[in-house]
Amino acid sequence: MNNRRFGDRLATGLFWLAGAVILGILLFYLIFIFWKGINVLTPHFLLSPPKEVAAGGGVGPELFNTFYILFLSLLFSLPVGLGAGIYLAEYARSNRLTYIVRLSTESLATVPSIVLGLFGMIIFVNAIGLGFTILGGAATLALLNLPVLVRVTEETLRAVPFSYREASLALGATQWQTIRRVILPACFPGLITGVTLVAGRALGESAILIFTAGLSVSRHAFDFNLFVPGETLAVHLWYVNAEALAPDKDAIAAGTSALLVLVVLIFNLAIGLPSRLLQRRLTGNK
Amino acid sequence: MDLAMRIKKKKSKATMTSISMSLQLRYDRFFKFVFFGSAAAVSLVIFTIILFVAFQGLQTFKEASALDFFINTTWSPPAHYGIFSFIFSSFATTLLALLIGAPLGLAGAIFMAKIAPQWVRDVLRPATDLFVGIPSVVYGWIGMTIFVGIIRDNIGGSGFGVLAAGTVLSVMILPTVISISEDSLRALPQSLEEASYALGANRWQTIRRVLLPAASPGLLAAVILAMARAIGETMAVQMVIGNSPQFPASLVLPTATLTSWIVVEMGNTPFGSTINNALFLMAFTLLGLSMATILLVRVVVRRRMV
Repeated sequence: MNNRRFGDRLATGLFWLAGAVILGILLFYLIFIFWKGINVLTPHFLLSPPKEVAAGGGVGPELFNTFYILFLSLLFSLPVGLGAGIYLAEYARSNRLTYIVRLSTESLATVPSIVLGLFGMIIFVNAIGLGFTILGGAATLALLNLPVLVRVTEETLRAVPFSYREASLALGATQWQTIRRVILPACFPGLITGVTLVAGRALGESAILIFTAGLSVSRHAFDFNLFVPGETLAVHLWYVNAEALAPDKDAIAAGTSALLVLVVLIFNLAIGLPSRLLQRRLTGNK
Repeated sequence: MDLAMRIKKKKSKATMTSISMSLQLRYDRFFKFVFFGSAAAVSLVIFTIILFVAFQGLQTFKEASALDFFINTTWSPPAHYGIFSFIFSSFATTLLALLIGAPLGLAGAIFMAKIAPQWVRDVLRPATDLFVGIPSVVYGWIGMTIFVGIIRDNIGGSGFGVLAAGTVLSVMILPTVISISEDSLRALPQSLEEASYALGANRWQTIRRVLLPAASPGLLAAVILAMARAIGETMAVQMVIGNSPQFPASLVLPTATLTSWIVVEMGNTPFGSTINNALFLMAFTLLGLSMATILLVRVVVRRRMV
């Protein structure tokens, strides 16, 4: 009897330890990243263009490109991803066709991002012949977002009680009116959370962009041109570590890391928090 | 005039004018078509990817033999296009990552699902989400600045290699392992637990003898998906693996994986050359591995239904 109790206590202790280790790793990583890089994050670093061989380069264009490409990729993937998610949740019957749609979406979700990058390279860089462009990078990045958007949309829509649909249809609304006026408003907070998740992942993506958006930035500050190369923060961090010649590349790498994590954190807080508050107000509970 | 049409006619007279009604019905049909189109477009993507990558990659075999490609460990184009070292390194790093990350992640999932009080759970849930939010290049950078040095000073070699890559990956797969196993533990019916406690079992016995076996398909799926993530991870691995196309005879020998070698060679080789095509064939191999994972997960999870 004592032995059993001891086993239980020991196991409980070990599980607490596992939780503490996981949290500890995260805290250690975050503290290390900010401890190394926070001093580098000056206005000069955030706004000025990178330098190839001299010290004192910044990440201004990279910061801009990161958000520009993210925005474009969401512009491409949101309508299609939402549409496919709505189809799966509201229209799809359980037949062979639906099975194929689900299986292919799931498969797309596990494709390694480097493979997506190479695919984008075949299509945009070589077949269409654009070379490395912001457009090609954003379009390829959209493929990474798609399956997650589909899954999040479907799950969120399925969580809406069936009685909502019945009530709306009973009032004489068509299915489209039901979706637009009843279901989409009800799951708006959930969809926002889903998009944040997708955006956070896309913000830090690099393997896709190296071979589609390239490793260089436009000479003009904040260039909205879709057909110029557009290096992002994540790609820049890789480039600085792998090939840069600047004497202060360690500091630049540390600063870029801190900035990337900071952007992800702010992004999650800025979009995640309001949607949580909104959800609380809409549903009346936590 | 049949009954349905008569009812339809009556209805249209009743509340709406027949024009706006038919307009609404047309909208309804139009949007159904749009949603179906989106779903079809999403499913077409994967087939297009397979087609294009395969087409580009399979041209390698014009100059290299398939057997040599998959079995030879020597990568010295144009004489030998052997990728076995890369395949081996990919699996070695993945296995190492799973050895460290899977037990930790599973324990964390059990902790979060069954043991942790609510407030601890409220801290750990967003924390695991944050692991996903950290970009893979940042993981790679941490690996370069911390792990590589530690390995070099304490174990030997240059510090770059399978050990460094496996360590970095073990943290990167944590969120996958945790979230999927926690979901599958939570999905178990409460009655299982209650029955076990009613029989006099304590919590550890309940977890070990009842909950873990019952959730095993989901836990296995979590590990398989983590494996897929580890094999496909590119940038973090490329930064700590050493980037030398040799067989990883030791854990601290610089080597290269399928993903990392694609990154290294892609920039140096012209599109359409055999060596460039070989990189696409490596990508196709990765694609095959990830498809196999999906099918494996389907088989594993379906077993629970029976």
